[in-house]
Amino acid sequence: MIQNNPIGRLIAHFVLILGIVVVAFPIYYTFVASTQTLQEIIRPPLSLLPGGHFWENYSSALFGGVGRIGGVGVDRLLWNTVVMALGIAIGKIIISLLSAYAIVFFRFPGRMFFFWLIFITLMLPVEVRILPTYKVMVDLGLIDTYTGLTLPLMASATATLLFRQFFMTIPGELVEAARVDGAGPWRFFKDILLPLSKTNIAALFVILFIYGWTQYLWPLLMTNRNDMSTIVVGLRKMISFADADTEWHLVMVTCILAILPPILVVVLMQRWFVRGLVETEK
Amino acid sequence: MASSNNVTFPNKLLPYLLLAPQLAITLIFFYWPASQAIYQSVLREDPFGLSTQFVGLGNFRRVISDPNYLNSLQVTIVFSVATTLIAMTIALLLAVMADKVIRGKNIYRTLLIWPYAVAPAIAGMLWLFLFNPSMGTLAYLARSAGYNWDPLLNGNQAMVLVVSAAAWKQISYNFLFFVAGLQSIPKSLIEAAAIDGAGENKRFWTIVFPLLAPTTFFLLVVNTVYAFFDTFGIIHAVTGGGPGKATETLVYKVYNDGFVNLILGDSAAQSVILMIIVIALTAIQFRYVERKVHYG
Repeated sequence: MIQNNPIGRLIAHFVLILGIVVVAFPIYYTFVASTQTLQEIIRPPLSLLPGGHFWENYSSALFGGVGRIGGVGVDRLLWNTVVMALGIAIGKIIISLLSAYAIVFFRFPGRMFFFWLIFITLMLPVEVRILPTYKVMVDLGLIDTYTGLTLPLMASATATLLFRQFFMTIPGELVEAARVDGAGPWRFFKDILLPLSKTNIAALFVILFIYGWTQYLWPLLMTNRNDMSTIVVGLRKMISFADADTEWHLVMVTCILAILPPILVVVLMQRWFVRGLVETEK
Repeated sequence: MASSNNVTFPNKLLPYLLLAPQLAITLIFFYWPASQAIYQSVLREDPFGLSTQFVGLGNFRRVISDPNYLNSLQVTIVFSVATTLIAMTIALLLAVMADKVIRGKNIYRTLLIWPYAVAPAIAGMLWLFLFNPSMGTLAYLARSAGYNWDPLLNGNQAMVLVVSAAAWKQISYNFLFFVAGLQSIPKSLIEAAAIDGAGENKRFWTIVFPLLAPTTFFLLVVNTVYAFFDTFGIIHAVTGGGPGKATETLVYKVYNDGFVNLILGDSAAQSVILMIIVIALTAIQFRYVERKVHYG
């Protein structure tokens, strides 16, 4: 057996631990900073152990945060981000399920044309059409609304392709049996297709939740009012190195609060996450 | 990709209703703005929007001959190549090591994948906290060691900072795919080579690495797309394209020209050039997927 090499394995463990330290260090450092006082943060070097101001800093960021970013507390920013992440994830899944269902289980004129129309949106990410998209949103009055933050990101070629791929593996006999038993398209969708798609939906949900949570350019363009901003964009507005009265300890707290929910989703739903990542990139 | 499923429902109207939401969003928020970008890219408009004039490919000619644009193209290439290489090398090293260990495999994986959940903009900020000259501890240590570190003034150092943040965030993604790729390599091949007396290094470079080629190529494309398009947040949050224009990538320039400087025609022409780049990258990616299907 070639695997039986204790020194090699020891080196492997060592390299992995080193890798984890490098990967985790920026997050750990920020966590440590979030438990210190402002004075300790602005006078480097920072201690590598958490300070004693955890409760103080976190409660003042979450509850005492009046006049933080133009008068908006972190709770509001977190709420906006939750709405955006959930809205995009759920909306995308519903819309993609419906269109994949139409494309796989029905024959109608223009079927392939519509399929390609959806497919080509893969090649039009918002980054390449920033200004005209902004103009459309202004014309429709969607700036500073939850609709504006979520609806335009709900169309997804990836999710539609994934569900289409999966639906095509469902044996025709199943559809036939359902039809013989008198099930219409809605019954079939609800009682057979949805239960079969559960794993795919869960996997996709994790990926899309993170996708929605980490959006930056879109909320930056779509929101002018501070109380409609997401936590990622809001955080950017809090940071000013030139400004002497930036409250760094609260910035650090906000930073931890901004990365904690998606990290929890990845760690707790790891199985779905890995599956979703591999499936969506096929 | 032949559909094996020939059993369908006979409804005439229903499929259109099912497709309607997706198509409505796609047409209003994707095709309409994209066609506007193409339309505006052949027009010249004054900043107040009072008069427009058809200029054909004039905007493209101006953009391509603009030294600032060429600089930004060069910045993007340096940034993408560095980010991709660093993120993939570290991920491959960690994946090979994770393939060797038996105990604690899952714990290592869990602890290595979480940066995936960090937004690029926040990844940038985390690195900025460590390395900004006024309060970053690592910046402080670098200065104490006599190294003149100031990414806010030195363009190369700013580039090092944004590349580190971008690569850091991407390691977890590459790691997962390399681990999956390594698992799919038949152990019997490696054992056969070991029996033939090939050392560990030789086994890696002559068997494992070539068999990983599909994964590597796939990741190369995905990482390039990531570095080109998904790192806007890092640039915007960390350097704002500066100092000077040392970290102004193509996407950042489109945003800056259109949104801050209000040069609409040039911004639209740059958008169209970016669209062509995305189409090329997507085409490469899908050609590769087809090949993967053929070879099983």
